[in-house]
Amino acid sequence: MLPVIEAPKEAFTSPPRINGAVTTEWLVAFLQDELIVRRGIHCAVVGLSGGVDSAVTAFLCARALGPQNVYAIRMPYKTSSPSSLSDARLVVDALGLVEQTVDITAAVDGYLQFEPGADARRRGNVMARVRMLVLFDQSAKYSALPIGTGNKTERLLGYFTWHADDTPPVNPIGDLYKTQVWELARCLGVPAPLIEKAPSADLEADQTDEADLGITYAKADAILARILEGYSNAQLVERGFRSQDVELVRKRLDGTHWKRHLPTTAMLTNTAINEFYLRPVDF
Amino acid sequence: MEPPVSLDHSSARIRAAIVQTKPRKGRYRENLEELGTIFAQLGALNPAPDLVVLPEAAMTGYFLEGAVYELALTPQQFAADLAHAWRGVNPELPVDLAAGFFENDAGTYHNSAIYVQLNGSGMEILHVHRKMFLPTYGVFDEERFLSRGRRLQTFETRFGRVAMLICEDVWHAIMPTIAAIKGARLLIVPSAAPGRGIEEEADLGSIARWGEILRATAAEHGVFVLYAGLAGFEGGKGMTGSSCVVDPHGRIVVQAPALGAQIVRADIDMREVELARAALPLLGDLEAVLPDLFLDDELPLPYRPAAPAADVH
Repeated sequence: MLPVIEAPKEAFTSPPRINGAVTTEWLVAFLQDELIVRRGIHCAVVGLSGGVDSAVTAFLCARALGPQNVYAIRMPYKTSSPSSLSDARLVVDALGLVEQTVDITAAVDGYLQFEPGADARRRGNVMARVRMLVLFDQSAKYSALPIGTGNKTERLLGYFTWHADDTPPVNPIGDLYKTQVWELARCLGVPAPLIEKAPSADLEADQTDEADLGITYAKADAILARILEGYSNAQLVERGFRSQDVELVRKRLDGTHWKRHLPTTAMLTNTAINEFYLRPVDF
Repeated sequence: MEPPVSLDHSSARIRAAIVQTKPRKGRYRENLEELGTIFAQLGALNPAPDLVVLPEAAMTGYFLEGAVYELALTPQQFAADLAHAWRGVNPELPVDLAAGFFENDAGTYHNSAIYVQLNGSGMEILHVHRKMFLPTYGVFDEERFLSRGRRLQTFETRFGRVAMLICEDVWHAIMPTIAAIKGARLLIVPSAAPGRGIEEEADLGSIARWGEILRATAAEHGVFVLYAGLAGFEGGKGMTGSSCVVDPHGRIVVQAPALGAQIVRADIDMREVELARAALPLLGDLEAVLPDLFLDDELPLPYRPAAPAADVH
């Protein structure tokens, strides 16, 4: 009898992994090049929500620019969970960031008092857009650049407020799936409570991302990664994913392509911007 | 006993330098000025390098989209600018310069590499290679803006026969193979490689892949490879630098890190080519077998030489 050497089974249904050290070095260099070299800006403004995405972003900015050059802005609304504020404080204390708290309740309610019938989705969008307004104004105040904190999973699922969470001109983590952000957080030394708690947009009481989405991040990331590699739904089911999970993810992805683009502009000439007239963002 | 055959090894040694540039996007004149400072540093080395290699799109950055038409130059213009930058600090010092640039050939545009020999006040363009494999997929969009080169040529230098292959050119094994068959002993590879792949063990996946390709290329054909990689982030896409010298045994002699402007220096003894080829005569084997491979009538027609006309009586 000859020994049979089996090929190891491919972890097809696992979310993509990450080399934390290599990724950190790359993203720190990215931030330094984008802010200091290209724009001559030495300070960053990061909206700290108490979640892991903004914590990782703050850790990367602190490494790239020095903690004294990172302005951490906490922007609670009256219904925000108190633990969000205290978790954001953990990041500020761990890094020694410059911290400021801007309560957005008056600004949000100043508008919503005229819209008493606004549902949770509309109210959440108003909060997200007020936070965007605050971030950009704080950036102007400090001659700093607002830094984006949206991860690849939420971008692909369209789980964000258009022209709010996605507006900062520079985003270091937008090509990392949520599960990769968690892995990077562990590598960077982000305080454990932020990594271990259930992710939440914190726009409503007891809200969690995974309940909103109807799928865990681990499953969503594994499916998204394979869809983006080109696999069909049938192939994914054949290789071990549940068909309802695959269909859910595919539907959210295909329903939100518009959210990952600039506004649609009617093309009328052969010098239409970004259609014929093409210049890179850093030109 | 007769003395061993004496070969002329007067130019067998190259004092090579690779300048891993990190240009500011589109600011050609500023980048040239900075190159002058780097050339001053090189000229002050003792001894100074006699071959200096720069990356693809070395003075403009790589992703230019439509701005490529504003920044493309004739080879003569680019050679004159390189010569001016060198002579501004090293007026009498002879040097050979190889660098990537966007070429304007009377309204047809190419991603090209130039090889210029400077000697006192003299300047000679020994070769211009136009990139043949223009990546146009995923993040790449070269053929939307540029035309591809149509010829792979080698050329004679004071260091022996050289070929230049730009970036994806060297990913197709047939390119260095043809260059080697045409007599190249040194491959100059200017490149601009945006980094990606974060699941690997030790490095970005794309950097690891480049290392495999360059080492395999050098070892298979017994050639030196001078790889000049562009550095710096361009709109979120980080160029992976990692400029290196690979010897004809396939060993990386020296390598720059991925990030930042760097200078890589190595003394090269071209006689290593003969030693490597003697130890592993793959190129000689290939030369013997290649005609049979190409006469294979299973090859699609365009790849086969025309059969001689049959005698008809």
